[in-house]
Amino acid sequence: MKQELEAIREKAMRELEEAKGQQVLESLRIQYLGKKGELTSILKQMGSLSAEERPKIGQLANEIRAFIEQDLVKRAAELKEEETARRLEKEKIDVTMPGTRHELGHKHPLSIELDAIKEIFVGMGFEIVEGPEVEYDYYNFEALNIPKDHPARDTQDTFYINDNILLRTQTSPVQVRVMEKQKPPIRIISPGRVYRSDAVDATHSPLFHQIEGLVVDKGITFADLKGTLETFVKRMYGEDSVVRFRPHHFPFTEPSAEVDVQCFNCHGEGCRLCKGEGWIEILGCGMVHPKVLSNCGIDPEVYSGFALGMGLERVVMRKYSIDDMRLFYENDVRFLRQF
Amino acid sequence: MNLSMRWLKEFVTLDEMPMRDFTEAMTMSGSKVEGWETEGGEISNVIVGKILSLEKHPDSDHLWVTQVDVGSGSPVQIVTGAQNLKADDVVPVAMHNSTLPGGTKIKKGKLRGVESNGMLCSLGELGLTKHDFPYAVEDGIFVLQEDCALGQPICEALGFNDTKVEFEITSNRPDCFSVIGLAREAAATFDKPLRLHQPEVKAGHGSCAGLIALRVEAPDLCPFYSAKVVKNVRVKPSPRWMRERLRAMGVRPINNIVDITNYVMLEYGQPMHSFDLRFIKDSKIHVRRAKGGETITTLDGVERRLTENNLVIADAEKPIAIAGVMGGEYSGIVDDTNTIVFESACFNGASVRITARDQGMRTDSSSRYEKGLDPNNCLPALERACELVELLDAGDVMDDAVMESHASSERRRIRLDADWINRFLDIRLSEQEMKTILKKLDCTFDGNDILVPTFRPDLVHKADIAEEIARFYGYNKIPATALPGGAQGKYSTYQKFERTISDTMLTLGASEIMTYSFISPKYYDKIRMPADSPRRKSITISNPLGEDTSIMRTTALPSMLEVLSRNFNNRNPAACLFELAGEYIPTEENKLPIEKKTLTAGMYGDGCDFFTAKGMAEQILEKLCVFGYDIEASQEESSYHPGRCAVLSLNGKRLGVIGEIHPKVAENYGITDRICCFTLDVDLMFATAKPEKTYVPLPKFPAVTRDLALICDDEIPVLKLERAIIRGAGNLLEKINLFDVYRGEQIQSGKKSVAFSILLRSNDSTMTEEHTAAVMKKIMKELEKDGANLRS
Repeated sequence: MKQELEAIREKAMRELEEAKGQQVLESLRIQYLGKKGELTSILKQMGSLSAEERPKIGQLANEIRAFIEQDLVKRAAELKEEETARRLEKEKIDVTMPGTRHELGHKHPLSIELDAIKEIFVGMGFEIVEGPEVEYDYYNFEALNIPKDHPARDTQDTFYINDNILLRTQTSPVQVRVMEKQKPPIRIISPGRVYRSDAVDATHSPLFHQIEGLVVDKGITFADLKGTLETFVKRMYGEDSVVRFRPHHFPFTEPSAEVDVQCFNCHGEGCRLCKGEGWIEILGCGMVHPKVLSNCGIDPEVYSGFALGMGLERVVMRKYSIDDMRLFYENDVRFLRQF
Repeated sequence: MNLSMRWLKEFVTLDEMPMRDFTEAMTMSGSKVEGWETEGGEISNVIVGKILSLEKHPDSDHLWVTQVDVGSGSPVQIVTGAQNLKADDVVPVAMHNSTLPGGTKIKKGKLRGVESNGMLCSLGELGLTKHDFPYAVEDGIFVLQEDCALGQPICEALGFNDTKVEFEITSNRPDCFSVIGLAREAAATFDKPLRLHQPEVKAGHGSCAGLIALRVEAPDLCPFYSAKVVKNVRVKPSPRWMRERLRAMGVRPINNIVDITNYVMLEYGQPMHSFDLRFIKDSKIHVRRAKGGETITTLDGVERRLTENNLVIADAEKPIAIAGVMGGEYSGIVDDTNTIVFESACFNGASVRITARDQGMRTDSSSRYEKGLDPNNCLPALERACELVELLDAGDVMDDAVMESHASSERRRIRLDADWINRFLDIRLSEQEMKTILKKLDCTFDGNDILVPTFRPDLVHKADIAEEIARFYGYNKIPATALPGGAQGKYSTYQKFERTISDTMLTLGASEIMTYSFISPKYYDKIRMPADSPRRKSITISNPLGEDTSIMRTTALPSMLEVLSRNFNNRNPAACLFELAGEYIPTEENKLPIEKKTLTAGMYGDGCDFFTAKGMAEQILEKLCVFGYDIEASQEESSYHPGRCAVLSLNGKRLGVIGEIHPKVAENYGITDRICCFTLDVDLMFATAKPEKTYVPLPKFPAVTRDLALICDDEIPVLKLERAIIRGAGNLLEKINLFDVYRGEQIQSGKKSVAFSILLRSNDSTMTEEHTAAVMKKIMKELEKDGANLRS
């Protein structure tokens, strides 16, 4: 009987080693260890053994069962490993093939930069106020110290609806509306569409966007204007931007200034980008004219303030080196997808 | 405005400095320099030479071989084709390796076998014209009559080496449209004395009383008028120094009289006019408004119809000049002119501006007047013109002037409030320091009152004085301070709402577009808007650039279709776009329109269809928390496919439209693909959105799924069946998923099979088989009411 048991062990070992696949393994388990398995059937003959031999054979039989069980587990693990390896081999792909992409929407470049500008001003405590694009002459001109027949009206070729109503040529009328309604302190920016009767070409559009800012409070100084705009320029164009304030004239501010940034390209040497000037004009600003304050019911002896304005299209064109303003309003998807 | 540096230096002596430093300093004190250039700057190695001899070229019948003395000791041999030379002529010589205007390079070479070491130049080749040197011939070598040395650079010898600087003059500074005005700014900028010249006229040729009579009939439009008479006019070219200066300022020299008027206009900023006395009927000068129907033929030969808005200079019977704009055809100076009347006057700026605009002729003169000139500048300018007449021996100046003044010569007073200015600018200057700056600008003082010169109408308020102080103190020396803290910047709820719309559309794969707010009225036809639609009533621009941009749109759909069409024509295979578009709805006459925003989306290609657009609209509404809207098929939307269009409504208001664009509309836009669009009213969505979210606990019990295959009339919309399911399932319904709609074989005609998958879940127990069956029965009952039965 001992030999028989040993033979079973030998045979099982051999067969397990040769077994291919989990199913073969399972049938081997049944063949040896099952209720009708070889080991069981031997053990059934235990009764014919002497009392002396019985425990020894019994122990041996248990050893062999444990041995086979252990081998089964080991072999199963091996087989699984092989199977996995085969699967991995089979599933190999060409990872250089293109990825599956989802169509994403693209924000219009004018929106991207407008949002960036708004973000900067909101960070400095400004609120955003919008106003009508079809506007009364009074708000667009008269209240801003530009009476009828003022030469400045010539430079802002205006679309008129009738004698009193026009398409706003600037977003400044929003400032007047705010000052009429709200007592200082005021700290707002007003972005939006403005209209001038310029024929369409690479650098002109009858419709474009402006962003204007207004601060009114007690004790606002020209130095505050400079500080605020320097901060804006550095956040917009980088901390190392060099800014200068140059005297200029606007009917609704006094003193007035234009703000130049040192050319990013040539650092002030003069190049094609800055037309040899070394500086690039980016915005206009000034202390709110006392007449404008009093037009809006704010006492210029008590309050002072500053205003600023810039064109959005030019900012965006410069940033992305876009050379034709028409692209913004043509909306070719090949253009939009670049942003 | 161009400025001759040579002319400027007559009034102010500047230290030697690079041009860049000059322009930089002027720009920073408020006179912005746009650019500068040196005359003849491109010319190099062209010098003065004298013809020693000429010989016929041995192999040519028109070429000459010349020997030219260029002051270097040995003569230079040059071959020329010009026929106007003789020995001893002094000429410009472009030497070997020289450059001419336009970048032309001259090198030595052989002409028909004879060596030529350069080129003899004509006026044109130097970039000059006969106006600059009236004695020269135009079709030949420029034979110099100037006092110059052999070998001298030609530009130096001709005085063709001035530097001209282009200034941007702002509209508040009419005084700076003159050499003297800019000289005053330069003197103040560089802190140098300004040397103004006091004109002196000898006259002595009798009184003009009786020769000319003046009457200003419209003193409101003509605060000052003066004129002087010059007899025995001797018309000839003006001297070189005057021609040089005019040229540098961009004005073409004509003859001494015309040149004098231009010269004085440039120097003083005061436009001048000269009349031939012969053509002033009865020698009467009337400054009056034109009579309706009167006409004048101006110097440019155009006959112009005048209105009462136009101020004219008239003689006894007719207008002889449009005041401040242009003279009449007979007022010019001609060869046999004997006696002229020099006019130096001040006209109302607004009036000149309107006249120039209405007559469509903006002249040098009108563009100065319209900014508002100083009446006190007229007499000095008139004196200067007469002084120049005498200096140039151009005629005999009569003793007195005729004039009529309705202007004040009193200086405006502004109190010098140094404390306020210091606070306003955040600087610390003493009153004395401020006065020093203001004195440079010709301000005088009466105690603490500043007396502003009359040529500075822009100085009215103390803020104007602050600007003068600031620009000469230096804008860039003023500190930069931060605004006081404490202000809270924020976006309004509406602004955030718009941002959410935009962000969601981007996430859904739509790209943002921006289109013009104005369109052509024809675009309404293109989208098949009914002829009687109230939406055709639009705000109309009275002076549009063209019909295409003549009305403010009441719908942004045509703008979207225009963009889709452009993309389609540019062969972009697909596009999915949106715009948060402004629409302008007229209200009452003389009132502003309502400006509202509509989310307008449009797409073609990539297999998109009605349901792509609808899914996008549904998702955006869900994201914005706009619930409870109705959706109904509509055949009324004329821009859309009658069988593929739905109207969305909310609380009885129109929320939007989803649909495939009508094939006829697509055809109007030249698009052969199917286009789907939707529009949603942003204001209505904002008004009804309920963005407050509350957490719903995750389910504790499993759900059961049941599939339902139904059969019903083809006409019954799926939405009706879904609503029946919702009614039947009550709060146990978690989700309905439509997974099949089938018409055709095995289905009776006029019927369709609709299959739903229904997810049921209870919040307080696991759904049992019996419970589920009971619910399904209720669902079927509701469905049967609406005409759907189980498919057997």
